Amino acid sequence: MKALCWTGINKLTVENVDEPTILNPSDAIVKVTLSASCGSDLHLLGGYVPGMRAGDILGHEFMGEIVAVGSGVQQRQVGDRVVVCSFLSCGSCWYCLNDLTSLCDNTNPHPGLGEGLFGASTGGCFGYSQITGGFAGSHAEYIRVPHIDTGAFLIPDGVTDEQAVFASDAVPTGWMGADLGGVKPGDVVAVWGAGGVGQMAARAAMLLGAEKVIVIDRLPERLEQVRTVIGAETLDYSDGHVMAELRERTGGRGPDVAIEAVGMEAHSERPDYLYDKVKTALKLETDRPTAVREAIMAARKGGSVFVLGVFGGFVDKFPLGAVMNKGLTLRSGQQHGHRYIPMLLERIAAGEIETGHLATHVMPLAEAPRGYEMFKTKEDGCVRAVFRP
Amino acid sequence: MVNKTAAGIVAGGAVAAIAAVVIRRTAGGGQGSPGHGARWRVVTINLEAADVLPGGILPPPLAELEELIEVRTSPAPGGRGTELAARALPLPDASGDDLPGLIRRALRESKQLLETGELPTNEPQPEGHRPKTPAGLLVDAVTRRSPEEGVL
Repeated sequence: MKALCWTGINKLTVENVDEPTILNPSDAIVKVTLSASCGSDLHLLGGYVPGMRAGDILGHEFMGEIVAVGSGVQQRQVGDRVVVCSFLSCGSCWYCLNDLTSLCDNTNPHPGLGEGLFGASTGGCFGYSQITGGFAGSHAEYIRVPHIDTGAFLIPDGVTDEQAVFASDAVPTGWMGADLGGVKPGDVVAVWGAGGVGQMAARAAMLLGAEKVIVIDRLPERLEQVRTVIGAETLDYSDGHVMAELRERTGGRGPDVAIEAVGMEAHSERPDYLYDKVKTALKLETDRPTAVREAIMAARKGGSVFVLGVFGGFVDKFPLGAVMNKGLTLRSGQQHGHRYIPMLLERIAAGEIETGHLATHVMPLAEAPRGYEMFKTKEDGCVRAVFRP
Repeated sequence: MVNKTAAGIVAGGAVAAIAAVVIRRTAGGGQGSPGHGARWRVVTINLEAADVLPGGILPPPLAELEELIEVRTSPAPGGRGTELAARALPLPDASGDDLPGLIRRALRESKQLLETGELPTNEPQPEGHRPKTPAGLLVDAVTRRSPEEGVL
């Protein structure tokens, strides 16, 4: 079958690879219908996430049809049209039973890597380096899905492929940022990043009752989507003065909840961006936390900050003094999608959450390297390149 | 665009960092380190003790080490199940060089089998061409060792 493989830093190739087989009783094989690029893939592509191996198949956000199931599968069956959560959940460990599914104890075959880097291992994730288990990704014709009963969700009739695919990752990730960030009715929420996850975080905040939601970015086409599709306010950071603008729009307080949806390759007009660029080039820092710093400094006293963006290592000049002296609550995490996806699919079906507009460029898998280049450079207003194997 | 040189340096550094961290016996339990043989390695299993050691019988991965280790269980706080602990017996010449690693693997696999009935795996699976570059071989090596390494 055809699959998109990472072959080195900034190198992608569509290769002929073996088809997956069922290895465990809980497994299923899914014929991929759509598989989306994700901003976090760019960290893999650029070599910022350790543990990538040439030949790894990328892709973690996908939907498709089940074509085979293992002997232990009970809930799902061949022919089901499903969206699959990007993280794996065994459904049995303490973390899974407490809705912290991306922290699953039992789905990562490489626990020593995460324990060495982070002190503990995450659960497994499709197509996201050996650190999250080294599972083959979804930019392929077929994919093996362990624990299909817990990780695959039936797509309601009337929800299109282009809408459903983002329920795999972007929608639950954004919802988690607003939910676990503590958004409540009457809040003012600021979201850094107007990509798919940032837009979904903004929409989630609105549905959870926020009175005002402000999304910060510099790309006009994305800010336009925020205004016209999501219905939130926008702030173009290339105009400068983000801090002052946020204070002006929040009655001098700052946002109650600050959600960072940018990650380790943040861009900024501020001097600390250049500082981080130099330090990462010299191997003295692995990630650029520019947006995280700004979110912490902008949040109101006693507010909360949720880090949705992916980080893989160590950052410098972290404003811990602001966290402490302003009494902030800081939370983060990979997405615990299993707790949200059924509810989110219902909201998508009901028209409460629009997602299809994110798929600005739908193309055959054979064109995936070109799609990633467009996605990376934001060419032609690309918000997400989505591949149809 | 990401600067390729800079990204390459970062990636290379990160891979090296993984190797250093993973290969090093981070829990201080390497053979010959202070306290070797005395440190318990523990996993928490979301089951009652009677289901973890039914009739006092060790789960298969630990049973393979039965003559080299001692095992104990205790209730986990907060209703989180059972803490299953193992450590090497102080037997001369009995353990080889990597008994701590074997104990880590056996504890993890015991937990996985007891909680889910299967071991997580991705071998064999589809993959593209895997060139034998130094960085690639390093990733292969630390990945292969990872079930027996870490802070457990």
